Amino acid sequence: MKPVLLRNARLLDPASNLDEAGDLLVADGRIAALGRGIPPPEGAIVTDLSGAWLGPGLVDMHVHLREPGEEYKETIATGTAAAAAGGFTAVAAMPNTRPPNDSAAVTRFILDRAAAAGSARVHPVAAVTRGQAGKELTEFFDLLDAGAVAFSDDGRPVESPEMMRRALEYARSAGALVISHAEEPALATGVMNEGRVSTLLGLAGTPAAAEEVAVFRDVRLAALTGARLHVAHVSTAGAVEILRRAKEAGIAVTAETAPHYFSLTEEAVAGYNTLAKMNPPLRTEADREAVIQGLRDGTLDAIATDHAPHSVLEKECEFALAANGVIGLETAVPLALDLVRADALSPLDLFRFLSTAPARILGIEGGSLQVGAPADLCAIDPDRPFAVIPENLRSRSHNTPFLGRTLTGRAVLTLLAGTPVHDLDGRLAPAAR
Amino acid sequence: MNPFGHRHILGISQLAPGDITTILDTADSLKEILDRPIKKVPPLRGRTVVHLFLEPSTRTRLSFEMAAKRLSADTVGISAATSSLVKGETLVDTARNIEAMRPDVLVLRHPASGAPHLMARHVDAAVINAGDGTNEHPTQALLDLMTVRERLGRLQGLRVAIVGDIAHSRVARSDILAFSKMGAEVVICGPATLLPPDPAALGARVTLRMEEALEGADVVIMLRIQRERMGQNLLPSLREYAARYGLDRRRAALAKPGALVLHPGPLNRGVEISPEVADGPCSVILDQVTNGVAVRMALLSLLVREG
Repeated sequence: MKPVLLRNARLLDPASNLDEAGDLLVADGRIAALGRGIPPPEGAIVTDLSGAWLGPGLVDMHVHLREPGEEYKETIATGTAAAAAGGFTAVAAMPNTRPPNDSAAVTRFILDRAAAAGSARVHPVAAVTRGQAGKELTEFFDLLDAGAVAFSDDGRPVESPEMMRRALEYARSAGALVISHAEEPALATGVMNEGRVSTLLGLAGTPAAAEEVAVFRDVRLAALTGARLHVAHVSTAGAVEILRRAKEAGIAVTAETAPHYFSLTEEAVAGYNTLAKMNPPLRTEADREAVIQGLRDGTLDAIATDHAPHSVLEKECEFALAANGVIGLETAVPLALDLVRADALSPLDLFRFLSTAPARILGIEGGSLQVGAPADLCAIDPDRPFAVIPENLRSRSHNTPFLGRTLTGRAVLTLLAGTPVHDLDGRLAPAAR
Repeated sequence: MNPFGHRHILGISQLAPGDITTILDTADSLKEILDRPIKKVPPLRGRTVVHLFLEPSTRTRLSFEMAAKRLSADTVGISAATSSLVKGETLVDTARNIEAMRPDVLVLRHPASGAPHLMARHVDAAVINAGDGTNEHPTQALLDLMTVRERLGRLQGLRVAIVGDIAHSRVARSDILAFSKMGAEVVICGPATLLPPDPAALGARVTLRMEEALEGADVVIMLRIQRERMGQNLLPSLREYAARYGLDRRRAALAKPGALVLHPGPLNRGVEISPEVADGPCSVILDQVTNGVAVRMALLSLLVREG
C-alpha cells in the first residue's frame, strides 16, 4: 500500500492535547509522522484536508450489531460499514444477540465475522450472566481470553443486587470492566419518560428514579467491591449528580451518555413517534441540560451511540408495542458538533469523548495520534451538510428520530490501519488499489 | 375535506372550542330523530362505517352502530376475537386491508394509546377514536359536555369534579381537556396512586381529599374503579376506597344544590357510587347514554358531509 500524506488538517489529539494545523503521514498502516510541512515520500498519495479536523478514529463503546440472530436488522458487516461512515474505527458490541454472547464460542464468532467484514474493529462485550438471565455468572476469564473487553447484560439490568455484587467481585479478580445497564425494572414499567408528555399522550411512563436508584445501587456496589464500573447511557439529571458525588468520593466509576440524550427531549415522542422510543427514554429539558453539564465538567467520560437498529416491523406499530432503540453511528458526529457549535465542548473534547476516553475505559488500542500506532483515523468536515435519509445511511435499519432532517458536519474520511474504509469524496481511492 | 375542517376525530386535544360547539349544536339538532317513531334519516345512505373494536365494549359499540344506522349508513363490525390480528397481522396491515375495501368511516377502539393516530396515517377513511388505551375517549367527553350543557345551559364557569382512577382513565383525560377548553374549572381527585404524574399538563387542579373536590361543584363525574388495580398495589381494598372516595348521599350534599352526577359506566354500585346517588334525582347517567347516540350521529354527519 502506498504511503498517504494528509495535509493541512486541524490535527486534534486529546491524548497529547494537540490542537494545531499540520500534516499526518501514514505508512505501512501506521502513523509515521505528524507535524508541519512533512515532505511527501516517493509515490505517496497526497491529499489536502484544509478545513477538516483530523483525529484518532472514533471508538463507540456501546453498539448493538444484532448478529448473530437478528441479521434482518443489522449484521456485523452492515453495522461496521455504518461505523466507518460515521467516523468510527472501533465499536464495542453489546451481548444481547440471539443467542447472547455468553460463551467464548459466540465471542469468537463475532470476531471472525468482524475480521471478514473489515470495516471497523469490533470488541465484543460479553454477558455478565448466562443467557443474560441474571442467575449464573458467565466464565469471565475464558471470555476475556476469547477477546471480550468488558461484561454487561445490557438491554436489561442485572436485577439482583446480590448477583451484581458477585459480578463486580469476580470481575475484579479478572481485572475486568462491568458495564451497568442501570434500570430498576420494578419502576421501569412505562414506555416513555414519566411526566408532562406521558400525561398528555396517555402513555405509561417510567420515572427518572428508575435509572437513579439503579445508578446509586451499582455505584455503592462498586465502592463495596472495589471493582471497575461503567454506567451506560446516562439520561437523567439525578444520575449525573449521583455519579458526580461518586467520583468526588473516589469510587472507580466511569459513565457514558448518548447523543440523543443531549440532543432531544421527551417532546420528540409527540404524535406517538416510535422513532423516538428508546430505553432509557428521552427525558426533560432539565435532564438534557444536566447531561451536557455532566460532559462539560467531566462527570460523564464518554459519548457512546447505543446504536440499536430495528426494522420497520418493530417501529411501524402501536407505540406501546414498538421496540426501544435508535441507530446512532452515522449521526453521532453532527450531533456532538452541535455541542461544539454551542460552545459546550471544544473540538478536542469531541475527540476525547468519542475516541480517547472510550478506548481508555475499555483498555483497547486507539484513541490517540501516537506515531507508530495503527493509523485508525477520522477526518471530520464540521460544516458538511448531512441529509439523514435512507439512501445516505449504511446501517441496514433507519430507525432514527432525525430521519428526514439535515444535520451539519460529517465524517468525510475514515482510515482503518491506514486503509480507507469511508472516503466520502473518493480522495484516497487510488490507495485502496 | 368536509366543511367541519377535521378529517379524523382522534382526541379532544385536536379540537378547538369552536369545533366542540359545532359538534354539540349538531348533536342537539339530531337528538330529536331518536324520539321519532321511524328513527332513520338518509344523510349517510350508501356510506360505509366500519366498527373495529379490539377491546371489549358494549355501550360504546352499540351507540356507534345505532348512530350510523339512524343516519342510514351501512355498518360492518369487527371485534378482537374475529379479526386477523389474532393471527399475528399488524395493525398497519389490518388498516391497509380495510382501506382497500373503501369504507368511509373507521371507528376504532384499541387497547394501545395512539393506535387511532397510527391508523389515521394509513387510511383515507375518516378515523374516529372510540377509546385508545389510557389516552382518550373523545366521544364520551363530548356526550358528557352535551349532557351538562343540556341540563345546566352552559359550560363556561362551571366547576367540575372528576373522582376516581384518573391515571388509567381515558374518559377522565378527555373530560379534563374538554371541560377545560369550554371554560370550566376541573378538579381531579383520587388517591395519589391513581393520579397522573403531571395533571397540570392537562389543565386540571388536584386534590387528594374528596370533600375538597366536591365543595362547590356543579358537576361530579365518578369513574369506574377497576378491580385489577388492587393486584397492582394501587389500592389496598375496595372497602377502603368506597369509604374514602365513594359518592354517597352525604358526600353528594357537599356539592352545589342540584349538582349533576355523571358516570361513564358500567357502574360498580356500592364502590365508587352508592345506589341511592346513581338512581337519585341528580343522576344524569342514562341521559349520557342517550346523548351518546346523538353525539356520534353528529360526528358521523360532520365528517362525512359532502364538501
